Amino acid sequence: MVFEYAPAPESAAIVDVRPSYGLFVGGEFTDGHGEPFKSVNPADETVLAEIARADEGDVDRAVAAARTAFERVWGPMPGAERAKYLYRIARIVQERSRELAVLESIDNGKPIRESRDVDVPLVAAHFFYYAGWADKLGHAGFGPDPRPLGVAGQIIPWNFPLLMLAWKIAPALACGNTVVLKPAETTPLTALLFADICRQADLPPGVVNIVTGAGDTGRALAEHPGVDKVAFTGSTDVGRQIARSAAGTAKRLTLELGGKAANIVFEDAALDQAVEGVVNGIFFNQGHVCCAGSRLLVQESVAEELLERLKTRMATLRVGDPLDKNTDVGAINSAAQLARIRELADAGEAEGAERWSPPCELPPQGFWFAPTVFTGVAQSHRIAREEIFGPVLSMLTFRTPEEAVTKANNTPYGLSAGIWTEKGSRILWTAQRLRAGVVWANTFNKFDPASPFGGYKESGFGREGGRHGLEGYLDA
Amino acid sequence: MPVADFGDAGVVSTETLNGVAELRAFLRGLPGVDEVGASERAARLATRSIKTSAKAEAIDLAISMVDLTTLEGADTAGKVRALCAKAAHPDPADASVPRVAAVCVYPDMVDVAVRALDGTGIGVASVATAFPSGRAPLAAKLADTRAAVEAGAAEIDMVIDRGAFLSGDLGKVFDEIAAVKDACGAAHLKVILETGELATLDNVRRASWLAMRAGADFIKTSTGKVAPAATLPVTLVMLEAVRDHRAATGRQVGVKPAGGIRTTKDAVKYLVLVNETAGPDWLSPEWFRLGASSVLNDLLMQRRKLATGAYPGPDYFTLD
Amino acid sequence: MPDRLSVRKTYKLYIGGAFPRSESGRSYPVADPKGNFVANASQASRKDVRDAVVAARKAFGGWSARTAYNRAQILYRVAEMLEGRRAQFVDELRQAGASKSQAAAETDAAVDRWVWYAGWADKLAAVTGSANPVSGPFFNFSTPEPTGVVAVLAPDSPLLGLVSTVAPAIVSGNTAVVVASEPAPLAAVTLAEVLATSDLPGGVVNILTGRRAELAPWLASHLDVNAIDLTGVADDQEKALREAAAENLKRVLRTAPGGWDAVPGTERMTAFLEVKTVWHPMGI
Repeated sequence: MVFEYAPAPESAAIVDVRPSYGLFVGGEFTDGHGEPFKSVNPADETVLAEIARADEGDVDRAVAAARTAFERVWGPMPGAERAKYLYRIARIVQERSRELAVLESIDNGKPIRESRDVDVPLVAAHFFYYAGWADKLGHAGFGPDPRPLGVAGQIIPWNFPLLMLAWKIAPALACGNTVVLKPAETTPLTALLFADICRQADLPPGVVNIVTGAGDTGRALAEHPGVDKVAFTGSTDVGRQIARSAAGTAKRLTLELGGKAANIVFEDAALDQAVEGVVNGIFFNQGHVCCAGSRLLVQESVAEELLERLKTRMATLRVGDPLDKNTDVGAINSAAQLARIRELADAGEAEGAERWSPPCELPPQGFWFAPTVFTGVAQSHRIAREEIFGPVLSMLTFRTPEEAVTKANNTPYGLSAGIWTEKGSRILWTAQRLRAGVVWANTFNKFDPASPFGGYKESGFGREGGRHGLEGYLDA
Repeated sequence: MPVADFGDAGVVSTETLNGVAELRAFLRGLPGVDEVGASERAARLATRSIKTSAKAEAIDLAISMVDLTTLEGADTAGKVRALCAKAAHPDPADASVPRVAAVCVYPDMVDVAVRALDGTGIGVASVATAFPSGRAPLAAKLADTRAAVEAGAAEIDMVIDRGAFLSGDLGKVFDEIAAVKDACGAAHLKVILETGELATLDNVRRASWLAMRAGADFIKTSTGKVAPAATLPVTLVMLEAVRDHRAATGRQVGVKPAGGIRTTKDAVKYLVLVNETAGPDWLSPEWFRLGASSVLNDLLMQRRKLATGAYPGPDYFTLD
Repeated sequence: MPDRLSVRKTYKLYIGGAFPRSESGRSYPVADPKGNFVANASQASRKDVRDAVVAARKAFGGWSARTAYNRAQILYRVAEMLEGRRAQFVDELRQAGASKSQAAAETDAAVDRWVWYAGWADKLAAVTGSANPVSGPFFNFSTPEPTGVVAVLAPDSPLLGLVSTVAPAIVSGNTAVVVASEPAPLAAVTLAEVLATSDLPGGVVNILTGRRAELAPWLASHLDVNAIDLTGVADDQEKALREAAAENLKRVLRTAPGGWDAVPGTERMTAFLEVKTVWHPMGI
């Protein structure tokens, strides 16, 4: 029989989306002086809210508010007190988790299953983890009394809006810095809800400031002379610009940039779990993941079998309404991103790779792209080199472990990699040779506040998470 | 009993192996199972939200897959007859409720059950082969099986020799299954792996293939007498095995999780697992069973809730 | 009139374990602080930079794959040989303007500094790595790894500054392309001779002499250089070099000049380390 799952939508009524949002500066929502912009629901293209755009003056105000809070309140505050604020925030995130998850899915397009089970729990965990560091910094290995840097300008991407906010704000605040954070243009809503959480937690005004806008706002923030530290997650191109603009200043930088991760499947892998890991590696969050396993490297002896299983599995992926609790793959975040994915996928076909997607009906409105795998891909193809940032997998084959490692490392990126084999020594041999900051062996796309994350080479520098994640916010 | 001649291993087998060494090599050559990954996959499928019309459909399907079971030392003819009555009319107040798939009893109760179920179309399944431990001479196991079949059992639920399996005597396990299959005649053979004693999912996969190659019509997780009984990860691995086995040989084998399935929610999780692992071809009582008894009343209660909108109480459903 | 005419030393470049002259054929005179001619040093070109980076990249795989214990032993052996050349280093430092006691003290400090760094090889992972208690059935650990090819614009402290920038770069498994002090490069070439006769594989350290302002931009913009130490460059060059280094997101280190006598921290080593985090499930 055919077992059809009836629609199981999470109710959007839990979220009260206001018609317009201002900037969060000095503990208050204030007007922006740029031309406001709209945030749309990528699943149906409806306008969710009008968002203030911060111009240079607004950024200046936010940095000044952060500076004042740093000098008068947050910097001098004992770590144990800062810790309690962060614990409070962690608890409020847990209490408002449903609201945050729904809002994230509406604004970003990601399935509610992921925002509910992955993003938001990790956000709470991140604040909880770094809260505990705030009064223990002298034990972190950066000297007996490491000092904060001051004001951190933080620019985050649209793929994990709230989670990236947590990755930025939690360690910064734990170390005694204050922040001005700019969420991505297409996904500002959960950051603005987070501002409300800061108020509920009675966080002193100016410790967290949120400025919304596009690239110009980000540039104004990154280049602001009153910013002591710039933390950026996003594309390698923008990361380069930020690194350039910081040249000749005393600003400290943490950059978490693009990736083109190899997911290596050896012939002795636990194949069903490998297939699951491959699927999770590239279709998690519609492939909008910098560490996505976008290059599948399969040992030739099992390539055919693996591909067959992969296709079968892909055919069970449920693409559609992000708020449906049974959706596996949601909407592409924006029209611009969809255009880029299409352009690269077309290039893949034009370059001779074979394209396959399971039969799947895409909603008529919104931005959608069916899960896609390319076979017959060569290292020289654009789809094997460029970050697609979408649900598009490129499958290549290899014959020997050496060849796998060589191909895996043959990229200017170095963020993550996957290894699938049942042989322990081969895992360690391979992990040691992969030039990537995160190596998942017999698993993929796992994140934890205790686990450092960050790239080699052009995937950026600095680590977020764990003890290592403190370093970027301390004058060590 | 001679060492297995795999070429003769039941008419249904497409076995081409020639000896125990090759059997062992074959089973060891199966892809491994990563326990954490398999558990994650099962847990994720368990988060599927089955509501409204899908839930109604799932409840009826689950009821129709139940092997209503009583396997107690204290079983009596009265107890078995009561169970049979329940099997035929799970909810006396609602004739639209489907009947269950089978009634599962000890061999000495088969004739009671067969008579009680006469005309209902419900088959009688009998455990056999010195259930649940399987610790008896093969001759006794075969006699047990024949007695049940002669008494009218349409299905035999045998247990494998876990001791032999764990000690590496795979030929013994294979031979016993083949011999019991032979003794079953026309009766369907369900092979209980007792996964709670096999300890690892690698063993579950190997035992699944071993049973299928030896002629099993169904592979079943547990006797219900050993904890843990059926679990989602174990069933996931078995569903993968039957899927792969059909792809390799063309022969479809059924799956039966048994023990520990108590709520509608549990039952629906198993159906989702079937749907998204082995596929819709297994979504019928012919290919998937739920070995349980207490789950039936919960299914009935949920069914009533969907129909009336009000939560019913346990007093409105029969305890047999 | 001396009894015999001394045999002068030719100061060459050190690339891939060999001592070539600059491919450009250029050299420049090195003078003492009073302006007296001391020697001609090779004046490396951008092509020498290119060759040195190739050599460093080629050596990286092998050097980084050595056991930490082996790297420690090799570097300690270098310290032994530095000690053996003590007199020569003292002479060269005196030629560069140090008093006799200053030269002796700097040489001693340089040897001690090398020993200090050598001992770090098999301790860095313990100090900078971690086992991470993640919330789930996973074994998760972070270990430091060398960044790759590090360009070192060495400071003008001819020996102690040189040693204090080169040793921390290579002890973790990086390979280095070093531009020696421009006015006082002679000790660097002698260091190269020590390295060449030690067990350090060719290419792990490559030493160029010449015009810093000419060579630094080529290193900063080189896409096969992973990190750059700008400690020795002039202040007015820093911004442009950082901008060039941004092209491939080089790790950039620049510390305040001087202060070489102080006991260093781990900063110069950790600046050129990557943290790799490995996850593996724990199951049966």
